[in-house]
Amino acid sequence: MAILSVKGVVLYFRGVTALYDVSFEVQPGTIHAIIGPNGAGKTSMLNCISGVYRPQRGTIAFDGRDISRLAPPERTGLGIARTFQNIALFRGMTVLDNLLIGRHTHQKTGVLGGGLYYGLGEKEEIAHRRLVEDIIDFLEIQHIRKKVVGTLPYGLQKRVELARALALSPKLLLLDEPMAGMNAEEKEDMARFVLDINEERGTTIVMIEHDMGVVMDVSHRVCVLNFGEKIADGTPEEVQANPDVQAAYLGEEAPAPSEREA
Amino acid sequence: MKALGADDTFPKLLVRNAGAFGDRTAQREKEFGIWQPYTWGQVHDHVRDFSLGLVALGMQRGDKVAIIGDNRPEWVWSEIAAQGAGGASVGLYQDSNLNEVAYVIDHCDASFVVAEDQEQVDKILDMLDRLPKVKAIVYTDPRGLRNYKHPKLLSFEAVEEKGRALGAERPELWLENVRRGSADDVAIICYTSGTTGFPKGAMLSFRNLLTMALALHEVDPKKQDDEFVSFLPLAWIGEQMMSLSAALAIGFTVNFPEEPETVSENIREIGPHVMFAPPRIWENMTSTVQVKIMDTSPFKRLLYNLFMPVGYKIADLKFAKKPIPFGWRILYRIAYWGLFRALKDRLGFTYLRSGSTGGAALGPDVFRFFHGMGVPLKQIYGQTEISGISCIHRDDDIQFHTVGKAISDTEVRISETGEILSRSPSVFLGYYKNEKATADTVVDGWLHSGDAGYLTEDGHLVVIDRIKDVMQLADGTQFSPQFIENRLKFSPYVKEAVVVGKDRPYLTAMLCIDMGIVGKWAEKNRISYTTYTDLSAKAEVYDLVQKEVDKVNATLPGAARIHKFVLLYKELDADDEELTRTRKVRRGFVEDRYKDVIAALYGEQGEVEIDTTIKFQDGKIARIHTRLLVRRLELGKAA
Repeated sequence: MAILSVKGVVLYFRGVTALYDVSFEVQPGTIHAIIGPNGAGKTSMLNCISGVYRPQRGTIAFDGRDISRLAPPERTGLGIARTFQNIALFRGMTVLDNLLIGRHTHQKTGVLGGGLYYGLGEKEEIAHRRLVEDIIDFLEIQHIRKKVVGTLPYGLQKRVELARALALSPKLLLLDEPMAGMNAEEKEDMARFVLDINEERGTTIVMIEHDMGVVMDVSHRVCVLNFGEKIADGTPEEVQANPDVQAAYLGEEAPAPSEREA
Repeated sequence: MKALGADDTFPKLLVRNAGAFGDRTAQREKEFGIWQPYTWGQVHDHVRDFSLGLVALGMQRGDKVAIIGDNRPEWVWSEIAAQGAGGASVGLYQDSNLNEVAYVIDHCDASFVVAEDQEQVDKILDMLDRLPKVKAIVYTDPRGLRNYKHPKLLSFEAVEEKGRALGAERPELWLENVRRGSADDVAIICYTSGTTGFPKGAMLSFRNLLTMALALHEVDPKKQDDEFVSFLPLAWIGEQMMSLSAALAIGFTVNFPEEPETVSENIREIGPHVMFAPPRIWENMTSTVQVKIMDTSPFKRLLYNLFMPVGYKIADLKFAKKPIPFGWRILYRIAYWGLFRALKDRLGFTYLRSGSTGGAALGPDVFRFFHGMGVPLKQIYGQTEISGISCIHRDDDIQFHTVGKAISDTEVRISETGEILSRSPSVFLGYYKNEKATADTVVDGWLHSGDAGYLTEDGHLVVIDRIKDVMQLADGTQFSPQFIENRLKFSPYVKEAVVVGKDRPYLTAMLCIDMGIVGKWAEKNRISYTTYTDLSAKAEVYDLVQKEVDKVNATLPGAARIHKFVLLYKELDADDEELTRTRKVRRGFVEDRYKDVIAALYGEQGEVEIDTTIKFQDGKIARIHTRLLVRRLELGKAA
């Protein structure tokens, strides 16, 4: 059964239609890419899934449950985590603290228990720290554990944001342009991490990405949006061969070489 | 000669230590943000299981086990396990490329490879068709290897599991294996990263390694409760000496950093008592402190500028072996509380009793800096072929230009040709499968170092250069390029220097700037730059470096002065084969690669067009197109 199933989603802002009748399914354990030209509605789609936008029509089901009417924190509680196109971290806090905040949803002791700390609070904090340290090890950010986020280079901040999303222990991870603005080496590292998260942790990933080389390399399925409509859905090879996709990316009359960046 | 006693191999020493102080911490590794300790007993059990596991996989006595990876407890366990099964271990530098890895593994006839992680496993698997002798590849970090289904690939735990099964069946086997080892067995084969040609594998016995550790211990004692941080490649003889020979023989604790990037932080957390590092580490620390002082608050800067000269004064008095006047003693106490105590803490040197540097020359300024703050830094000298060390400074007898006196049981003399010869029980058994090279290197028990040098009146050894590098100018003047290069590199702005001049009318130099420090300097002076190439082409940077070269020229005799220099558009790199893995310049290769630049240095045009490609580690290729300026120096009257 699909872990995420989007059915007939329509989203408009006053007169502007951002998404029109978009449907697709994401199978558990896969990496699913959403691509499309600028303004195609990719981020809007992701925002609908994470709950930032409420689509006017259509349903979004996660793990067989309709989540269309749930608030973002409730969706997070169910196991959906995301990263943002523009980094959204607490810049004045350390990497470690940012990640521990990611564990907030899973915090069970309340103001009293946590505030008193000793006993239950301590035990829980150790468990959370252990989990966060696992992620730090996984994403190889040990050397910046205690650095303040705002002082880090952009590529590392992106990685910290990914770590923060992972700290939620999500079943479904939404990545909004994880490689934007990175150099070739950083992109390669990030692609490696995305693959590792999927393979080692079994996390399902829905990812918006512009770098076609990366998309074709790492994703199992690709879904293409153009002007708010889905124009193709399939394996990377199928999508690449699709004439509509070539037209959307290259203009109507272009011959259609591969989109791969040099 | 030092008597080794009954426990004359690494495995025997491990068994002894596990019995004598099994609950004490032998190793620590930082993982998940916490220092995880392993007691001698636990280390022993891991080594035993892994060793028996290798036997279960078909390892025979005399087999070789190649090990590649960052410094981790498993690296050391694998080595002692291989030796426990009667074999030898061969360390590989973790940043070796595919060809280097394949060459060494094949040349040493390794039947097993222990590789740390996916990165290293990939290297081995890529080259596996060239490595028919390898029976199994063992990885220690499973990350990313889940979907690898190679029949020869298995995990460290799986091998230990096999070992436990075999141990349950034959409980006496491990100790039997250990007892069969003897002091004169080959313990490790250390591949020396030669500056020319293929690396050669120096075979070292337990006797070599242990006599070395004990002889050094005599002049530079270590204690059982000392802490040591292992962060230099374990394939290097210096790290073998500390993390294995000395640690096993004496029983101090070896700590492994979390990641290569966290080394300095981890050193601070541990506060080691002994430390051994090549010059670049000490130089880096010095320049990092100086750069950070520039950035700190005015009050701290004031303290630094106030108290550092006190330290320098005390250091100079000590070097000159003069008594320290009472007033200076008081001042030094104040300086200690005002500055040095905090500075040492920051560097993690609060408890440091003995720091040593070796492999190349270290500038007097760096020596004065560390001695000034009360960190006893000593120069050592030696080769892989003599198990690491033949000479070291004594605590109360430090001279910058020397490498100290011979350690116990070691004789050092100078041959008629000016070559440094040494003899001790630690001189190696020979090069693996290369008898000719062995015969050339060891004659009548004397190890021929290939270094030119001389002994001072008070018995200190001075090293000049590699004999083959001592060059003649066209007019017959002899000069040592390395001597001049070292002088140039003493400048914080110069990272690498290559002096050219063999059979030429005059000397020239190709220099690489230190991006960190020159970059900082440029920021301070409001000079904007983008890349290394751009920064190194700035006229202001040329002016800056010229001042440094002028300073060096002033100390050199007329014929040995640098007439022209260029700042190279990239740093010399071991991945481009310009440096060895221990960061020594491969002169022949560099001169060939930059022959256009050298032609320009001896031409009249004053600049040279560079249009070249450089290859990054990930295989990407970038084109560099730039104009390289040749700076001509005003040479005053010849001295």
